[in-house]
Amino acid sequence: MSWEIVMGLEVHLQLATQSKIFSGSSTTFGAAPNEQADAVDLGMPGMLPVLNEEAVRYAVKFGLGIGARIGTRSVFDRKNYFYPDLPKGYQVSQFFAPIVCEGMFEVPLEDGNLCPIRITRAHLEEDAGKSVHDIFSHETGIDLNRAGTPLLEIVTEPDFRSAEQAVAYLKALHSLVTYLGISDGNMAEGSMRCDINISLREKGSDELGTRTEIKNVNSFRFVERAIHCEYERQADILDNGGRITQETRLYDAEQNTTRSMRSKEVANDYRYFPEPDLLPIVIDDSYIEKVRQSLPELPAAKRARFVAEYGLTEYDANLLVPNHAVADYFETVAKTSGAPKLAANWILGDLSAALNRSELSIETNPISAERLSGLISRIDDGTLSSKLAKQVFEALWNDEGDADGIIAARGLKQVSDSGALEAMVHDVIANNPDQVAQYLAADEGKRKKLSGFFVGQIMKASKGQANPQMLNELLLKKLEDQS
Amino acid sequence: MTESSFLATPVSVLQQMLRDRSVSSVELTEAFLERIAASNEALNAVVTVCEEQALEQAREADAAIGQGELRSLTGIPMLHKDIFCTQGVRTTCGSRMLENFIPAYDATVVTKMKAEGAIMLGKCNMDEFAMGSSNETSYFGTVKNPWNLNCVPGGSSGGSAAAVAAGMAPLVTGTDTGGSIRQPASLCGLTGLKPTYGRVSRLGIIAFASSLDQAGPMARTAEDCAIALTAMSGIDPGDSTSADVPVPDFHGSLDTRIDGLRIGLPREYFNDGLDSAVRERVMATLAELEKAGAVLVDIDLPHSHYAIATYYVIAPAEASANLARYDGVRFGYRCEAPQDLEDLYLRSRSEGFGEEVQRRILVGTYALSAGFYDAYFNKAQQVRRVITEDFHRAFEQVDIIAGPAAPGVAFPFGAKQQDPVAMYMEDIYTLAVNLAGLPGLSAPAGLIDGMPVGIQLIGKPFDEQTILNTAHRLQTDTDFHLAQPDQRGFMS
Repeated sequence: MSWEIVMGLEVHLQLATQSKIFSGSSTTFGAAPNEQADAVDLGMPGMLPVLNEEAVRYAVKFGLGIGARIGTRSVFDRKNYFYPDLPKGYQVSQFFAPIVCEGMFEVPLEDGNLCPIRITRAHLEEDAGKSVHDIFSHETGIDLNRAGTPLLEIVTEPDFRSAEQAVAYLKALHSLVTYLGISDGNMAEGSMRCDINISLREKGSDELGTRTEIKNVNSFRFVERAIHCEYERQADILDNGGRITQETRLYDAEQNTTRSMRSKEVANDYRYFPEPDLLPIVIDDSYIEKVRQSLPELPAAKRARFVAEYGLTEYDANLLVPNHAVADYFETVAKTSGAPKLAANWILGDLSAALNRSELSIETNPISAERLSGLISRIDDGTLSSKLAKQVFEALWNDEGDADGIIAARGLKQVSDSGALEAMVHDVIANNPDQVAQYLAADEGKRKKLSGFFVGQIMKASKGQANPQMLNELLLKKLEDQS
Repeated sequence: MTESSFLATPVSVLQQMLRDRSVSSVELTEAFLERIAASNEALNAVVTVCEEQALEQAREADAAIGQGELRSLTGIPMLHKDIFCTQGVRTTCGSRMLENFIPAYDATVVTKMKAEGAIMLGKCNMDEFAMGSSNETSYFGTVKNPWNLNCVPGGSSGGSAAAVAAGMAPLVTGTDTGGSIRQPASLCGLTGLKPTYGRVSRLGIIAFASSLDQAGPMARTAEDCAIALTAMSGIDPGDSTSADVPVPDFHGSLDTRIDGLRIGLPREYFNDGLDSAVRERVMATLAELEKAGAVLVDIDLPHSHYAIATYYVIAPAEASANLARYDGVRFGYRCEAPQDLEDLYLRSRSEGFGEEVQRRILVGTYALSAGFYDAYFNKAQQVRRVITEDFHRAFEQVDIIAGPAAPGVAFPFGAKQQDPVAMYMEDIYTLAVNLAGLPGLSAPAGLIDGMPVGIQLIGKPFDEQTILNTAHRLQTDTDFHLAQPDQRGFMS
């Protein structure tokens, strides 16, 4: 049987506010256990939540970023369940009336096409703390530093049909929220956590199959793998005439399998009801307008502009835009050098390769945009051949000065003077009579290959500085003259 | 004036005595501490006494008075209900769960009254987590009514009410979720005020039902309640539901002219269900107000009979969540040697909470459960709005509403304890006021067979002034509020 996979994603996005959503505690990652938990975070008797308005603004920014309807009167609710790292015995969330309502997110795929994903809703809530099992023997510790960290839970419709689409969505989401400055999107630190709802159905069917939910997958790569192995698992059951159990599963990266969570942990009746300690969030048009004015250029607009303004391909634009810092870097190089195509090629080619090799990022890139644009200007004006340019790039990487300085110091200027080139050609022909004879005896097809020998000799003699195009023309002409 | 005589003196008079130095705060504090020591064994109204701290505060108050720095409560001794968190002082909420809980913070009300110069003598006994109308649910034992030691003082602020009635303090705080200030005030012969929801910050008050809880003062006179209300009130950035409305000088603004004041009498409160003796006292009291120029108008609150059912869905539902934090993990009671997490939860909560608290947690959990939410909680929310609209419509015709504060006088211990519904009926005249978020006051309306009974005055939102004025006029014209229990009953 041929199965189609149907998926919806829920992403818990940690908002990058300075303080928690309902208390004044700091949200900085990595403090000693419980150092960033005050009486509110600990759920001490008599303590009350006070809403952090910055979290509201971030949520509205997100809503506008995906063109969603903003809930003009959203309400917090209590989600009731017992767990040691949930201090109050309930989580303050939004169930009945979320702050971000339905929207549409155009996700760029690798092939340059856009895949429209419907956003069901996004709501504000507080994070729980965490249980620590590895500090005390036979006892579990509770760290409430994370308790009360603001989260935006972003829920999609079941619009995904492949792991590639799901990963593309997460990457685009990561890009959007970092552009908006509302989250660092750091999956490894838990700033972006993903739950995947997966079901299979016969190809061509309109019905949805029974789904499972894979909780808390924390990297793009694991998302892809988790989907593949859950697909295999479900397909295997269905192929053998079995039925899928609706349940929550965990992805085990080490075993590369998904396994069922104990049903006790999931069989919860959360008994949502409106949180009486907080007022509804009322948002009017002028507030929305003010937030809209504050939005930066977003990835979709930037992609379109890079194509229109710099003549980039969709493919290159898709690669340059997701990371804001890369896009800015490109734009500086493109503008200063006046050669956007070359700029894109170098950034996506040699520069990214070098960064990857050294495990550096655009932020720790040793070559400033100004220096790279100096190199690209010299390529663009013909001073450097691509071969010489690679040498200059190496020198830039090693911080040996700017491109012009390196060219001067190493004498790397490309030789484009026809007199000098003619002399070189003359020498190589005079010194290699056998090869010349061989060349002349060969037919048209083989001659091209044989000419390479002469080019190589001249490049060697000129330390690679001969302008290859001019050299070729001159050489062929001179060889013809020998016959 | 002899020492024991100022134990029955209102705050307004003590204020004057402190100002003209006819008594010092230390003298007052010592006298009230002595009265607590002498009578608490019989009454069990106070669970924690802060003798040293109180005397220290009194010395500071006397120094301030010496400097001519008098604030509204400077040097006045008082007690807090044990539901208000007090920094460094055990706060039990009447529960085994918090038997040893010492908060690291003061409730905003405590902070404000401290800032106004009040002396905290200690903390008052109460029904466990404020759930009860008789003070019989307290883990720390029942409180006796100073008027008759065989009877309950009312609840949940029963310790607070008994303390004032017995002269242990001239002023106490209480909280009122469904009548917990007004009903014990009625049963102990005091004036007690539940302010408009949002008037007083809830920060640092241990939550029972967040959308209904409101703190207020209990004292001998409306005048004293006015003084204390100004001290307690005001928007608090730490309580999002506290209201951004100006706080008047309720005491300075007291006005005894009630000429033409329209007092609404809900037919539903004065129907055949009303005890005839209570009716007689309430009507006699209303006649006094009529004499003073008030106009009595019959009104309708057509959905009153839904108030108890509505309240007993919403309050337990909110309580079921508010009390979830008492899980034995971070603070409070933890069972011995838990076997696993579920055992920790089950036994800590079963052993730490009393029967009534467990009953309400179960009721509330049920009302919020999948499949029942619409039929119970959601329906109750809708009815709550209808009940509120009843009041708003009535207030188009009248300035205040009057009725009984409680269905009868104090009843003997055990009389209603086995019948939760009979106990819930104690708040039949007060619950709706909480559902509608309105201010309500109970003032003494005389005695029935030697036991006090109160009249309830209900005001428009944030118009505590008018009900205080009315009660003040009543206390200017009558001496209902001056009746005292026989001290021989509780003095050792």
